[in-house]
Amino acid sequence: MDHLKSVPAGEPSAEGTPAGAGPNSHLAELMQRSGRGDEGAFAELYDATSARAYGLALRVVRNPAHAEEVVQEAYLDAWRTSTRFDPARGSLMGWLLTIVHRKAVDRVRSAEAASARDEVYHRESQPTERDTTVEAAHTSLDAQRVRGAVAALTNVQREAVELAFLGGYTHTEVATMLEVPIGTAKTRIRDGLIRLRDALGVAS
Amino acid sequence: MNDIHKLSGAYALDAVDEFERAQFERHLSECGDCRTETASLQETAALLSETTAVTPPPALRAAVLAGISQVRPIPPVRPTTTPRRRWLPLLVAASLLAVLGISAAIWQPWTPTGQGSLTAAEQVLSSQDAESVAVDLGAAGSATVTRSESMGLAVITTKDMAPAPSGKVFAIWLQNDEGAMIPAGLMPPGEDNQLVLDGDAAAATAAGITVEPEGGSPEPTTEPIALFDFSKAT
Repeated sequence: MDHLKSVPAGEPSAEGTPAGAGPNSHLAELMQRSGRGDEGAFAELYDATSARAYGLALRVVRNPAHAEEVVQEAYLDAWRTSTRFDPARGSLMGWLLTIVHRKAVDRVRSAEAASARDEVYHRESQPTERDTTVEAAHTSLDAQRVRGAVAALTNVQREAVELAFLGGYTHTEVATMLEVPIGTAKTRIRDGLIRLRDALGVAS
Repeated sequence: MNDIHKLSGAYALDAVDEFERAQFERHLSECGDCRTETASLQETAALLSETTAVTPPPALRAAVLAGISQVRPIPPVRPTTTPRRRWLPLLVAASLLAVLGISAAIWQPWTPTGQGSLTAAEQVLSSQDAESVAVDLGAAGSATVTRSESMGLAVITTKDMAPAPSGKVFAIWLQNDEGAMIPAGLMPPGEDNQLVLDGDAAAATAAGITVEPEGGSPEPTTEPIALFDFSKAT
């Protein structure tokens, strides 16, 4: 159960209520120190956030080696641009995971050209991947709360949000996959997210 | 009513293509409500990762820390105040144009995604609410800007344009309702060109062409050679 330690002590409540996650949040402070070249602060930041970063990347790109590359690039970007992080505009976790997700999605889309090769790799690597995930998947109170909120979405909203966020598909692709008009998928994604936001108490 | 606002959710989940991303980011720079909403939706998306957390392999930590030790963080940005100029809704000084000359080729700025075989330019030109403003440049040719408010896009079409002066390009701008000039792209060389403008054309009050050094400029450095006032579009 040592996975639980990976969830930063100061952050869960702050993450749940980003209104209070402002400039004084511990993670934001670590990032600001990183911007001044403090590698120790960045290491601490990595330890506090990497499970969520890696898990998200892995879920989107699926291939563990690709996920590691995505995460490494994302942290390097975060380090390079650490002076641009503005705690007044959002939480550190939100900022960091936006970078991770963007890179993961770019990766999975650009890899699609070489998809035949990749699919073979996926099939071969699937058993290991699944075992790792089960073994290391985190359970935390926050995760339960988020799962509850996701479960409270309508089926069509949940489907659209998950295909977009975890599948890495564009809303146009989601519309095609769900056989609905383009505007409908876009609306479901937005409505679903707004509902999650309100259920999770994210300040708007 | 332009429904680009509704792209906030898809944008927050990176469920947009490159073109939509650029279009929406331009919109974000102009719409405070969308900035607020999008930020809150990005925070929400980040929370979703609570459910997918997985401990990374230890080697990744070493790789990350080794990587950052070789790069320094970039310096912080200082907020800058951009001087804004407001263009008079005047059309070209024809004499200026005669000196400049203008030229052409067909340019397809991108391939459209998921919209059948129509290019973005074709979609704008054939949209229900397409409206155009034409500017006759005399001997230097002519240019027409066509805008679809519902699509939030505009296309500039040139005919028989004389080439830009050596070392210069024709830059296209969109003017927003605060009078700011926003870069909307550079005309490729050629006399009969079509270019889809970057940025949210629905929020623009006018488009303009200026002559800029090669590579373009962050803001106009010369008076416009042509101005397309959308309030006069038909």
